[in-house]
Amino acid sequence: MPVARLHDFRWYLWGPALLVAVGVLVPLSYLVLRAFQGDAGELADLVLRRRNLRLLGNTLGLTAGVLLLTSAIAFPLAWLVARTDIKGKPFVTLLGVLPLAVPGYVMAYALMASTGPSGLLSGLHLPRPSGYAGAWLALGLYTFPYLFLNLRAALLGLDPALEDAAQSLGYSNREVARRVVLPQLRPAFFAGGLLIALHVLGDFGVVSLMRFETFSYAIYLQYAAAFDRVYAAWLALMLLSLTGVMLLLEMRLLRGRRYERTGSGSARTTSMSPLGRWTAPAYGFVGLVGMAGVALPVSTVVYWLGRGVEHGRWSDLLSAFLDSCSAALPAAVLATALALPVAYLSVRKPSWPARAAERIAYLGYATPPLAFALALIFFTLRSAPFLYQSLGLLIAAYALHFMAEAIGPVRSALYQAPVRIQEAARNLGRSPLRAFFEGTFPLLRGSLGAGMALVFLSALKELPITFLLSPLGFRSLAMGVWGAASESLFSVAAPYALVLMATSTALVGLLLRKA
Amino acid sequence: MRNGDFPRPLRTTHYEIGHTLHCTINPLLTISCLSKTFSDGVLPVVNELSFEVEDGELFALLGPSGCGKTTVLRLIGGFMRPNHGSISFDGRLFAGDGSFVPPEKRGIGFVFQDYALFPHLAVAQNVAFGLRKEKAAVRKERTDEVLKLVGMEGFEDRLPHALSGGQQQRVALARALAPRPRLLLLDEPFSNLDAYFRNEMRDNIRAILKEEGITAVLVTHDQEEAMVFADRLGVMQGGRVDQIGTPEEIYLTPRTLFVAQFMGQTNLVLTHADGATADSVLGKLTLHRPAEGMVLVAVRPEHFTIAPTADHPDAMEATVLSRSFKGHDITYRVQVGPVDCLVHTHNREPFAPGDTVFIRAVEPAVVLDKAGE
Repeated sequence: MPVARLHDFRWYLWGPALLVAVGVLVPLSYLVLRAFQGDAGELADLVLRRRNLRLLGNTLGLTAGVLLLTSAIAFPLAWLVARTDIKGKPFVTLLGVLPLAVPGYVMAYALMASTGPSGLLSGLHLPRPSGYAGAWLALGLYTFPYLFLNLRAALLGLDPALEDAAQSLGYSNREVARRVVLPQLRPAFFAGGLLIALHVLGDFGVVSLMRFETFSYAIYLQYAAAFDRVYAAWLALMLLSLTGVMLLLEMRLLRGRRYERTGSGSARTTSMSPLGRWTAPAYGFVGLVGMAGVALPVSTVVYWLGRGVEHGRWSDLLSAFLDSCSAALPAAVLATALALPVAYLSVRKPSWPARAAERIAYLGYATPPLAFALALIFFTLRSAPFLYQSLGLLIAAYALHFMAEAIGPVRSALYQAPVRIQEAARNLGRSPLRAFFEGTFPLLRGSLGAGMALVFLSALKELPITFLLSPLGFRSLAMGVWGAASESLFSVAAPYALVLMATSTALVGLLLRKA
Repeated sequence: MRNGDFPRPLRTTHYEIGHTLHCTINPLLTISCLSKTFSDGVLPVVNELSFEVEDGELFALLGPSGCGKTTVLRLIGGFMRPNHGSISFDGRLFAGDGSFVPPEKRGIGFVFQDYALFPHLAVAQNVAFGLRKEKAAVRKERTDEVLKLVGMEGFEDRLPHALSGGQQQRVALARALAPRPRLLLLDEPFSNLDAYFRNEMRDNIRAILKEEGITAVLVTHDQEEAMVFADRLGVMQGGRVDQIGTPEEIYLTPRTLFVAQFMGQTNLVLTHADGATADSVLGKLTLHRPAEGMVLVAVRPEHFTIAPTADHPDAMEATVLSRSFKGHDITYRVQVGPVDCLVHTHNREPFAPGDTVFIRAVEPAVVLDKAGE
């Protein structure tokens, strides 16, 4: 496909796209630049350290473990909702979505604060989780919704005619599930699994609270405690390559797999199979998931709030809330403003530069936040020191890192908005830009709002980027939870966690109602 | 100027003078040697296409799907740039010679196949969309006027999704007419309507356009629609125009095999021409133009008579193969010597398969151009 010809060149489309490409790629190149500072012997020593291998083992082990745990939760839950006659499906679905509103470090905090001698569950004499087990449980409990939502959508989208066909060819129910249904769920599983793997790789809050050494945690320690910038850069590069491998793996696995319904007309709805003797275990399972994923964090926070909040904490809380919003709101607006032209180019003017701009935005999203923040630090210290530790840089970092979340909804809305609408507006005397704003833009409003809400929510919850890039004296809600929880000041952390969960729940609820 | 009051264009009269006039005297729209190749394609979608449209004329581009007719319309509208050739309108060069007028500067009305009404705007807002430079009072007046013209008064505050297909279509027409364009482009505007409503809308719109003196180019794949709607039409195939003419010319004297077949059922015979006549397997045929040697001729089924007895020296004996009763007429498939022949007749005489009948061509057979000519 040819590059857009000169007469199609419009600065207001390509300007933002270029900005995104530069904003993501230039800092990452500084990471490489920084990593290769120092003499060869020193570099070899850094790269070939035994510790790196342990970090790799820990990181991969945690990723694999979390994938297993989330599958064990998400598969049965999705099946129950999509294929059985279980009662209260909207409620069960909600249980599968709500953990999204609980940031990982809040989940870790809930696990730590509910156990131990003074916790909510002290009567059960549970050991306080830490290390691999703690990180595994916290990450699994808060990331399984990504897999659940993907699997549920895939199950609901399956063509029941295929299963009927298999049965008419002599397959039993069990065989149909194994040979017809499961293979069709593969793309959904890979998509959800990739999101979870990226979260685990990029996670900092959980592993640091659980004191489990993965790449992210080690980068932080090197940067914050040891001040070894070159080694921190190397660790970030290793983490980045690991992320790259995941992305490539996913692409390889998904290549050529498109399982859309091929027939025409609207599909029949699937009949729901009765639970029968599985009724009790099914409800038990749902109850357990709800207890662990939703009830535990909420009740822990409420429990510690009930033990009293010191005076002065409320004003700290308010200022943390305002600090969080002062960065997350502009970031949401900026990310959406950048996402609109990038999505527009890729949908309406497909060409390789347009595709590249979109890919780069997704690359920024997949880049582990610590690595991205570190890259931005190296870049600003070297080339734009006045930006270092400025609110502007923090906002830009949020926007570049999370804009992919805004591209998604805008993209699908653009696909649905008829091209002819814009042509009709041109035909009635509007310039291309006005035709877009008067014809197409009104149809995108809902999606732009959704994209903005998603970015706002992510920026609000974001911990490592905030840590490394926040201006002096800046203290967000996320930093409030993490700071207190890492010192086992559970009652101090509780109000921050509550505000975060409440805001997230409200926004998620709003998004679900609109969807 | 665009939104101002145009003097009603003078009615041109050459249609009444004769149907054989091919060259327009004073074209409003001139398409010349127009070509368009899509970036991913090798073959041109529009290939060296030329035609002219007279002021006040209703012109139809007719062809099967994929023949490039919609592309031509979109090129005229300015939604695409041609690779070669030029488009000029009322003395202005719209495209060609390196110049290109964007769609918003062309002042041409466009009625889209799927109407493309703005889903977020009510009917009146949709119609007023092209009138933003007018004063509010003028805008309101014109909106009411065109809505009345298309019979949609009272629907001003409805949103498009609350309208039926036919109503949406009328709003789309009103929206395109509101800025008083001199040229209106219609892209298969009737194809989304059901058959009964389609005829009514077509006659309605034709009447409105004629009354307002608006020039229009209609794109369609339905030959009946093109013939009823248009003053002149161009039959397209593979990005080219095979023939341009009045509906009568095109139907009665198709120039090529494609046009003959596309315009309706026809009987084709390869025969030896001998000046003004040809002795064919279907009997002695008078030719519509003199020819010599082997030629392909076409005779429409209704240009035959069918009778139980040989009532004319040129009548050919035939055997009835099948009979389809269609209400207003009957189509017989008969065998004449080695070939099949279709005959339409109003004759109520009930021939049955197997009957012996006599057929005779009562109109001249049309000599078709040889392929590649």
